[in-house]
Amino acid sequence: MSAGQTQQPIRCLVAKVGLDGHDRGAHVIARAFRDAGFEVVYSGLHRSPDEVVQAAVQEDVDVLGISILSGAHNTLVPKILEGLDEYDALDDTLVLLGGIVPDKDQDELEEQGVSAIFGPGASMEDTIEFVRENAPDR
Amino acid sequence: MNDVLDRLLDGDHRALARTITNIENRAPGYRDLVSGLYDHAGTAEVIGITGSPGAGKSTLVDKMAETYRNRGETVGVIAIDPSSPFTGGAVLGDRIRMASNVGDMDVFFRSMSARGSLGGVSIATADAVKALDAFGKDRIIVETVGAGQNEIDIVKTADTVCVLVQPGSGDDVQMLKAGILEIADVFVVNKADLDGADRTVQELREMLDLRGNAGSGRNDQHTGHDHHTGPETTGNGATASEPADGAALKQAEADPDDASDDGGSDAVWTPPIIEAVATHGEGVDAFLDAIDDHHAHLDATGEAAAKARERYAEEIRTLLREDTAALLTAEIDARGGIGDLVDGVAAGETDPYGIADDVLDPVAACLRERREDG
Repeated sequence: MSAGQTQQPIRCLVAKVGLDGHDRGAHVIARAFRDAGFEVVYSGLHRSPDEVVQAAVQEDVDVLGISILSGAHNTLVPKILEGLDEYDALDDTLVLLGGIVPDKDQDELEEQGVSAIFGPGASMEDTIEFVRENAPDR
Repeated sequence: MNDVLDRLLDGDHRALARTITNIENRAPGYRDLVSGLYDHAGTAEVIGITGSPGAGKSTLVDKMAETYRNRGETVGVIAIDPSSPFTGGAVLGDRIRMASNVGDMDVFFRSMSARGSLGGVSIATADAVKALDAFGKDRIIVETVGAGQNEIDIVKTADTVCVLVQPGSGDDVQMLKAGILEIADVFVVNKADLDGADRTVQELREMLDLRGNAGSGRNDQHTGHDHHTGPETTGNGATASEPADGAALKQAEADPDDASDDGGSDAVWTPPIIEAVATHGEGVDAFLDAIDDHHAHLDATGEAAAKARERYAEEIRTLLREDTAALLTAEIDARGGIGDLVDGVAAGETDPYGIADDVLDPVAACLRERREDG
């Protein structure tokens, strides 16, 4: 019954970027986030980094979840992070990465501004819990 | 908060986005923010788009935005999707279709969830429209599923209300009967390349004809009245149809120019039916022309001003309803919460009406005292 909670759901953008056409994972996440009470904007497939930035800024999301399975993360993710920074949005957006990201690339991406990377086998509960705990307080 | 307003007026996209967030969240200080917006709003043209799920609303909105951009106009879009009544969560998917305006920040697209609050979303939408208006958008499109009263309330706040219908489902037209028909200023039969499109157009036309006959009492009362508010239309139409018809006829004879003009300046607006194939952009130009015609009609007949007044009245009412509800919720909490009150009913000691009276009486008494004191 607490009005405060129902009025301020966490807003997320679930984004697919680049030439990667597999969005089952993104759908599952979007659905799970919805069931967790989040508001989820889904970008659709094949978005360019610019589009993802545009969506994240206009939708003023707390959380940006990028799903990428194509292996192009080292090219595409930094572009998104730079774009967010251009709009002064990087600091108060929680950027998550999901999909196939080799261990050796993870540190570098996290240094650039990705808060967490969820690979295969990551539990949905953990992911949701992580978002709840780390979503920026505005 | 004023800082956000200044930045918004400066054309900062992120400030605009944050303003809408504050409006949605009812964040502290949002009222001052919205008040600040009023001074700078009022120039944009607001277009409401509604229709059943899958009718092609988002695709059409995408093409509309593209066309307006090609004409050098800036566009704001607010797309409202339902939220889960259980978790409050929502998947907002209208953005997926916005493919024609990639990277163009002059199309500001914002998804909103209905957030389940009665009336709340319509006022939040109206405020968000104000924000886009103050930001300087030329055209603002509000898109929502036309499924319930809430959605109708939202879309009704637009200058021009467009209803999308797709062919081949009698249900759509059935749905239209139940209210949306009355608020439509322009009909779009989308997916007009599909079988059955002609029939859908025909059905709509017949329904409009019926409405035209039944509602001709509106002819001589176009001042100050929105010509398609439901109950008045049917009520007057039934009783006053004869003299009104006469008046309309006389008017037509006296002013042949007016009668023959199928564009903007007729006293009574008959919703045009546009056939479109949104995925290919077919019919979009005709559709936008129809919207412009309607706008010209609003200006010419003075309905624009009347609509604005009605809109303000509705905003005041909704706001008061919301605020009173919040006040009373706080009062219920102060009395130990809704649970205690329910216990009373469950135990058979009292009933909901008795409780409502108990809670409200002091408020009413307080107001009465204030009024008497002047």
